[in-house]
Amino acid sequence: MTRTPDARSLTPPLLEIHDLHATVEGNEILKGVDLVVRPGEVHAIMGPNGSGKSTLAQLLAGHPAYAVTSGSVRFDGKDLLELDPEERAREGLFLAFQYPVAIRGITNSYFLRSAVNAIRKHRGLPELDPLDFLQVLEDKLKAIGWDDSFMNRAVNEGFSGGEKKRNEILQLAVLEPRLAVLDETDSGLDIDAMKTVAAAVNALRSKDRSFVVVTHYQRLLNYIVPDFVHVLADGRIVRSGGKELALTLEEKGYAGAGVTA
Amino acid sequence: MTAHFVGAYEAFAANGASGAPPWLREMREHAITRFAAVGFPTTRLEEWRFTNVQPISETPFELQRATWEVDPVPAGVTVSTIAAAVRAAPEFLQAHLGKYASVETSPFTALATAFLADGMVIRVAARATVAEPIRLRCRIPRGSHPMIHPRLLIVVEREARAHVVEAYEGDAGGDSLTNSVTEVVVAEGARLDLCREQREGTRSSHVAASHFHQARDSRLVFTTVALGAGLVRHDIHGVLDGAGAYLILNGLSVLNGHQHVDHHTTIDHARPHCESHEYFNGVFDGESRGVFNGRIIVRPGAQRTDSKQTNNNLLLSASARADSQPQLEIYADDVKCTHGSTVGPLDPTALFYLRSRGLGGEEARGLLTYGFGAEILDRIEVPGARERLDGEIRARLGVSDMSRTVA
Repeated sequence: MTRTPDARSLTPPLLEIHDLHATVEGNEILKGVDLVVRPGEVHAIMGPNGSGKSTLAQLLAGHPAYAVTSGSVRFDGKDLLELDPEERAREGLFLAFQYPVAIRGITNSYFLRSAVNAIRKHRGLPELDPLDFLQVLEDKLKAIGWDDSFMNRAVNEGFSGGEKKRNEILQLAVLEPRLAVLDETDSGLDIDAMKTVAAAVNALRSKDRSFVVVTHYQRLLNYIVPDFVHVLADGRIVRSGGKELALTLEEKGYAGAGVTA
Repeated sequence: MTAHFVGAYEAFAANGASGAPPWLREMREHAITRFAAVGFPTTRLEEWRFTNVQPISETPFELQRATWEVDPVPAGVTVSTIAAAVRAAPEFLQAHLGKYASVETSPFTALATAFLADGMVIRVAARATVAEPIRLRCRIPRGSHPMIHPRLLIVVEREARAHVVEAYEGDAGGDSLTNSVTEVVVAEGARLDLCREQREGTRSSHVAASHFHQARDSRLVFTTVALGAGLVRHDIHGVLDGAGAYLILNGLSVLNGHQHVDHHTTIDHARPHCESHEYFNGVFDGESRGVFNGRIIVRPGAQRTDSKQTNNNLLLSASARADSQPQLEIYADDVKCTHGSTVGPLDPTALFYLRSRGLGGEEARGLLTYGFGAEILDRIEVPGARERLDGEIRARLGVSDMSRTVA
C-alpha cells in the first residue's frame, strides 16, 4: 500500500494535524504534533511511555480531559476540534480504547445497534430494526471470522483482556469508520490473541479507510504492516519513515535510535 | 404515639377480629403487647439510624382493609384468604403463620401481627410445577390516613416449582401506611421465583418485612423493585436452613424527589454448602436517599458457604445520597464471602466511551442510567415480570423503547 510521496500528495488528506499543543491538568503533553493521513493509509505511532501517544489518540476522539492550547486538526476538511465526541464518531472517526469500559446492564448487541443507528441517522439512513441489525452483525462477524458468543453479555462486563480488545475491533467493523485510531490495541494480549485481532484489522483495511496504530511495541507491526511509522517523543514527532523504522527501533531501542523520552 | 395504635388495636380486637380462633387471637395479643412495650424505633437504634419513622408514629392512621386482586390462579396451586385458610386448613396455617416473622424482630412486624387479618395464603402442592406466574396485587385504599397490614404466606412444598408476583400499589391521595409482612417457605428441593413490586404514591409510607425459610436443596430467586412511596423500609431476612440451599436476592430502587428507601437484608447461612448472591442497585435523583445494609451471618459449622454481595448506587443529582454498609459475621473457617459497593455519579469515562461511538450526551446518560436498572431486571425469572418492569423503568428514565436483545 506504500505510495511514493509524489503520488501521495495528489490525494487530499483525511486527517491533518498541524502544530498541535495540548495539556492535561495544566501540564503540556503534546508540544507541536504534525501529521497527515490520507485515505487508505496505515500510520503507526510509536514512542516510549509518557511520550504523548495515548493523549493524541484520545484527544482525536474528543476526550474531555485534554485541552488543546494551540494548533489545528482537520478531518475531511472540517475543524475536528469544534466537534463533540459523538459528532466525530458520526463523521467517521473511531477510537479503539486502550482500556475499554464496562457498561453494566447493557448488552453488547443493544449497545452496538444504538451506535449504528446514531451514525445512520446522521447520514440520513433509516434506522435498523433488531432483525436487520442481526443480519449486518452476522455479516461482519463472518468477515472477521468471529462468532457471536459475547453479543448478549453486558458490554465488556467480566470480559477478559483479549475479549475486550476483540470487542473494540468488532465495533470498528460494525461502525465502518473512515479513520480508526487503535490505542495500544496489542497491550495485554498474548501472541495468539494479538494475531487474531491483527487479522481482523487487516480484513478491515481498504483504500478508503485509514488507520492510526498507536503502539509501544514493534511486534504488532509484524502483523498490521504500516505504510508509515512515526516516533513520538516528549510531545513531538521526532522521526518518520517507512515500516523499516519500526525494525530499527526494535533492534536499537528508542534511546539507541536517538530518541529520548 | 404508641397509644393511638394500641387504641386502634383494641377497637379491632373488639369488633371484626373477635371471630378468630383462640390461637390467632393469642398471637395478636402477644404481638400488641410486644409493640406496646417497645414502641416505634428511633434513629438512636443502630438498625434505624438512617430512617426516621417519627412521622409515621405521629400520624393518626385509621385501620383499613387491604384489598387483594388475584389474577386467575393456575392449576396445581391453592390461593386463599387467611380468613378462609383459618377455616379450611387451620393446622397448616398454624404451623407457618408467624413462625418466621417473629414479633421480636421488629416493632412493625409486631404491629402487623397484632392486626393480622387481611392476608393471602399461597400453597403449592408437593411436586407441582406451576409454569404460569401467580400474581397478587394489594392496593392501598383512598381515604383519610389509611393504614393497612397486608400479610402474605407462601409455602412451596417439597420439589414443587412456582413463580409469584406480589405487588403493592395505589395512592391514598394523602398520607398512608402500608405495613406488610411476607413469609415464605421453600421446602426440600423446591424452587420459587418471587418478584415484589412497590409503586405506591409519594405520600405513602411503606414498611415491609420479607422472611424466607429454605430447606435442603431449595432454590429461591427474589427480586424487589421499589419505584414508589415517600418512605420505604424493607427488611429482608433469609435463612438457609438445609445443605445445598441457594438464594438470590435482587433489589432495584429508582427514586426521585424526596423519596427515601432503606433496605436491610440479612442472610443467615445456618447450614453448610449453601450459596447466596445479593445484587442491589439504586438510582437516586433529586433529593432522594438510599440506604443499604447487608448482613451476612455464617453460623458455626456452615462450612463451604459461598456468599457474594454487591450494592451499586448511582447518584444523578448533587443532592441525592446513598449509604451502603456490609456487615459480615463469619463463625466458620472454610467459607467464601465477598462484598463490594459503589456510590457515585455517572462514570465520565463510560460517558465518553458511549459518545465516542456516536451516541449523543443525553442518550448516553440515559443508557448508562438504564443499565443500572436493567442489570437487576435481567435477573428476574418470573415470566412477564421483567418486560413489565422494564417498560416502567424506561418511562421513568426517559429511555427509548427499543428491544434490548437481538431478536
